[in-house]
Amino acid sequence: MRPRLAAGLALSLMAATARAEGGLRPYAVVGDAIPASLTGAPGDPARGRAIVADRTRGLCLLCHAGPFPEERFQGDLAPNLAGVGARRSPGALRLRLVDGRVLNPDTIMPSYYSLEGLARVGRAWRDRPILDAAEIEDVVAFLGTLRDAGTDAKP
Amino acid sequence: MPHPAPAVFAALLLAASAAGAGEIAPADRRSGFDQMGAETRAIQRDDTANPGMLAVADGAELWARPPAAGAPACADCHGADGTGLRGVAARYPAWDARSDRPIDLQDRIRQCRRDRQGAVPPAYESPDLLALTAFVALQSRGEPIRPPADPRLDRGRAEGRALFAGRMGQLGLSCAICHDDNWGRRLGAAAIPQGHPTGYPLYRLEWQGLGSLQRRLRNCMTGMRAEPFAYGSPEFVALELYLAARAAPLPVETPAVRP
Repeated sequence: MRPRLAAGLALSLMAATARAEGGLRPYAVVGDAIPASLTGAPGDPARGRAIVADRTRGLCLLCHAGPFPEERFQGDLAPNLAGVGARRSPGALRLRLVDGRVLNPDTIMPSYYSLEGLARVGRAWRDRPILDAAEIEDVVAFLGTLRDAGTDAKP
Repeated sequence: MPHPAPAVFAALLLAASAAGAGEIAPADRRSGFDQMGAETRAIQRDDTANPGMLAVADGAELWARPPAAGAPACADCHGADGTGLRGVAARYPAWDARSDRPIDLQDRIRQCRRDRQGAVPPAYESPDLLALTAFVALQSRGEPIRPPADPRLDRGRAEGRALFAGRMGQLGLSCAICHDDNWGRRLGAAAIPQGHPTGYPLYRLEWQGLGSLQRRLRNCMTGMRAEPFAYGSPEFVALELYLAARAAPLPVETPAVRP
């Protein structure tokens, strides 16, 4: 049981790190997750699906494939989104969307709700996150519905 | 076994830095040509179908014509058919002693227009500059890219390498993430190439026209939601220096065709 003890210790050390950036809603990281909704309310899965599939908003399908039979040309730089809601809790999905660098500083996943550590941001996108808090919650709610890696996987 | 640990540690460090750098070894370098569909490859291979050759023909005309009355034409100094410039495009950017900085091929042409031909230098991405550059670069088609071993270029090359590896834009991506670490995969509809500038200026089907490497770099920067560098900026010349070293010894393809 030593590994579990060690993991438990690491989690408790990481417990409830509060983060807040100017203009963005504060949130608490607990372990590998942000357990609480950024808005205090649950998101809307249908709106979330639209964001994920939109290549100028969520941009997700540029790198990820997923259960979107109507979408051609999905990327393969990142894991397939099929079944991701079974693999990860909503809080874990939320942290990976908000700022995955907390878990892996070398991740190529953009930090969708952070302005920190960015360089040469284009004029049109300056001083705002890729998605706002409500959009993050919509995406979290949608990803939570992707429960089946098998039948979700192939269009 | 007195102290094996430091040696093992050093070996691990070396392995880690090699994996992290992700640079493509010379023998593994591939032109984006190899990843294109058969139809697009056929358009590039056939000079009568390659739309870039129209610009080359315009370039040949500009080459022969004095830019102003009494001013010399390019041909007056460099020879009528341009073959005297074989190999030049394969070694640019190069050090320019007059301006004391590295200079790329299009800036060399602009400088010649201004200083030696008494003409207004053609604007970046103008048909005239693209045509002249394409005509000059065509003379090196098939020549291996061969960056000069000039220590004065080292600083710019190192700056270019840092720009290539640095994350930028709202998406926090870098050139290296796609073109060193993930080439061959698909970013949406696009097969990610290694990103070697072998064929500029080139004809992009997406542009429906000829464009420079800097135009392509600006496209990528906009894709990362970064503020693009200005045409002719030292940052772009630094990137071009690094990209040439990174692409050697692939052959020059100008005028290439890309999707």
